Amino acid sequence: MKRTTMAGFVLGAVLGLALGVGAYTFIYAKGASYLTNDPKACVNCHIMQDQYDGWINSSHRSVATCNDCHAPADFIGKYSTKALNGFWHSFYFTTGNYADPIQITERNRRITNDACRKCHADIVETIEGPATKHHNEADKTSCIRCHRSVGHMH
Amino acid sequence: MNTKSTSKNRESNQQRGGQILKFGLAVGLAALIAIGGLALLVNIMEHKQEAKNPFFRVVELTDDTEDPAVWGKNFPVQYDAYLKTVDQVRTKYGGSDALPKTPTQADPRSIIAQSKIEEDPRLKKMWAGYAFAIDFREERGHAFMLDDQTFTGRQAKPQPGTCMNCHASTYVANKKAGDGDLVKGWEKINPLPYAEARKLVQHAVACIDCHDSQTMQLRITRPAFMEGIKVLKASQGVKDYDVNKHATRQEMRSYVCAQCHVEYYFKGPDKRLVFPWQNGSKVENILAYYDEVGYKDWVHTDTGAPALKAQHPEFEMWSQGIHARSGVACADCHMPYERVGAHKVSDHHVRSPLLNINKACQTCHKWPEEEMKARVESIQASTHELRNLAMDALMDLIDDLKAAKAAGKPDAELAKAQDFQRKAQFYLDFVEAENSTGFHAPQEAARILGLSIDSSRKGQNALRPGAATTTTAAVEKK
Repeated sequence: MKRTTMAGFVLGAVLGLALGVGAYTFIYAKGASYLTNDPKACVNCHIMQDQYDGWINSSHRSVATCNDCHAPADFIGKYSTKALNGFWHSFYFTTGNYADPIQITERNRRITNDACRKCHADIVETIEGPATKHHNEADKTSCIRCHRSVGHMH
Repeated sequence: MNTKSTSKNRESNQQRGGQILKFGLAVGLAALIAIGGLALLVNIMEHKQEAKNPFFRVVELTDDTEDPAVWGKNFPVQYDAYLKTVDQVRTKYGGSDALPKTPTQADPRSIIAQSKIEEDPRLKKMWAGYAFAIDFREERGHAFMLDDQTFTGRQAKPQPGTCMNCHASTYVANKKAGDGDLVKGWEKINPLPYAEARKLVQHAVACIDCHDSQTMQLRITRPAFMEGIKVLKASQGVKDYDVNKHATRQEMRSYVCAQCHVEYYFKGPDKRLVFPWQNGSKVENILAYYDEVGYKDWVHTDTGAPALKAQHPEFEMWSQGIHARSGVACADCHMPYERVGAHKVSDHHVRSPLLNINKACQTCHKWPEEEMKARVESIQASTHELRNLAMDALMDLIDDLKAAKAAGKPDAELAKAQDFQRKAQFYLDFVEAENSTGFHAPQEAARILGLSIDSSRKGQNALRPGAATTTTAAVEKK
């Protein structure tokens, strides 16, 4: 009995230590900021400083933040995208194994392209005609092929 | 009873052993989590440190610190990259091969670049009678500029101290020679014999030639550029332009390069370095200026034409191109930003963007490296083809002129063809001597080569018996 208590105590202490270190790391790394819409969170690590600086000077700075263009609008889509990107961004930044200048992934490019239609649906409709269910990905007009620098240069 | 208790003991021993194992595993797992957490914490901490001030001032720099190694103590990242300009790498149309050479007393270089005039002997014919027909080699990096100038075969013809302006770090030397007055010192060094001036300098282009020692801001240190850009701006209607006061930071990222990568000539007995931009910086503006002041570099030995040699007009050519129009500076492609730790630094390993396509091109152009390279090379291939056509046309004109001279045609009748040769050569050389094989401004390069071919053929026409005065090219009428 006594030995079990002792064992439990040690285990608790070790788990507590792990938890404490984890919690401190989370706070130190401003973990909570990633759940917000504040663009400053995207430059916690300095990789996206250029994009952030570009956005500050862009035409969209007062109407759209990073998440408006780089995350889907619906709750599940938004947070699953944040989780997925968050994991891989952390992974690559920690290991240091990434291409520089950074490049957008295909999935994120699609999300960004779709995001234009959140606000500019009317003008897109005049270009493409009314959206139908048969409309497949390939038929969609790519907004950012031409308007690549509206959010930020590069 | 004995046996019973032993087996019971063994059972409880086994139970305890299992518990200890489980406990050990749990502790081990928790410890691993803690290690992982700590490792991540330290990694984040290191990254945060990187983002803090990376500058450590270990030496005091002054406006007289010439040695780049001293600056390198404060700026090791930039200095390391700067030292890499010793690399000799070929691209399809540029760069050079490092050829071994037996050092001699007169020329201690053990490695040189291959000869351009041996590669294409037509160049020798174009420059007959001029120092470039003696020795002219493929380009090497900044690190070699002083040695390659000191030991070139062109020194067989006396060269002035003016050459130092772009083959050495001259800022401190100019200031010293002028007792603190940069322009006066420069005026003193220009007319010196090369060997005399050579003693006043030690380094190839260095930090202080482009940077202010206190603020690291870019600044112009070459009087010839200050004067040149002033007259160029005046020709565009901007009065009293002072480059160190009026230029933006982005303009400076081209202007510091334009202190040397331009067309120039040595004016008068003072051998003053002048950039011929009074009428503008396009090729015909420059030619018109030379015609106005009656300048020639030399008299062509085969034909007697008052010839001109264009020299690396990169700034002028780039100015006519789409990149200049879009506000892209020399440094954006030749010294692209790179990330070192958390910081953005200009890559001081100045080189062809084709050797660093990722950083030089792909920051703006999101196409694969192979595609980018193919685009550049297709422009260069076209320019090179046109250049060869222009070269052949010029050779025809030189042959015809030579024959006409030998046949005893009077000088008055040769003058027109000789002037066309002067034009044709200058146009051709303006693209030939320019270090991008047309890339800096593809359409402009093609236009200039078109003018060159036109001038060569018109020159041949002018030698025909009873040649009527041919009309000059449209641009020349302006």
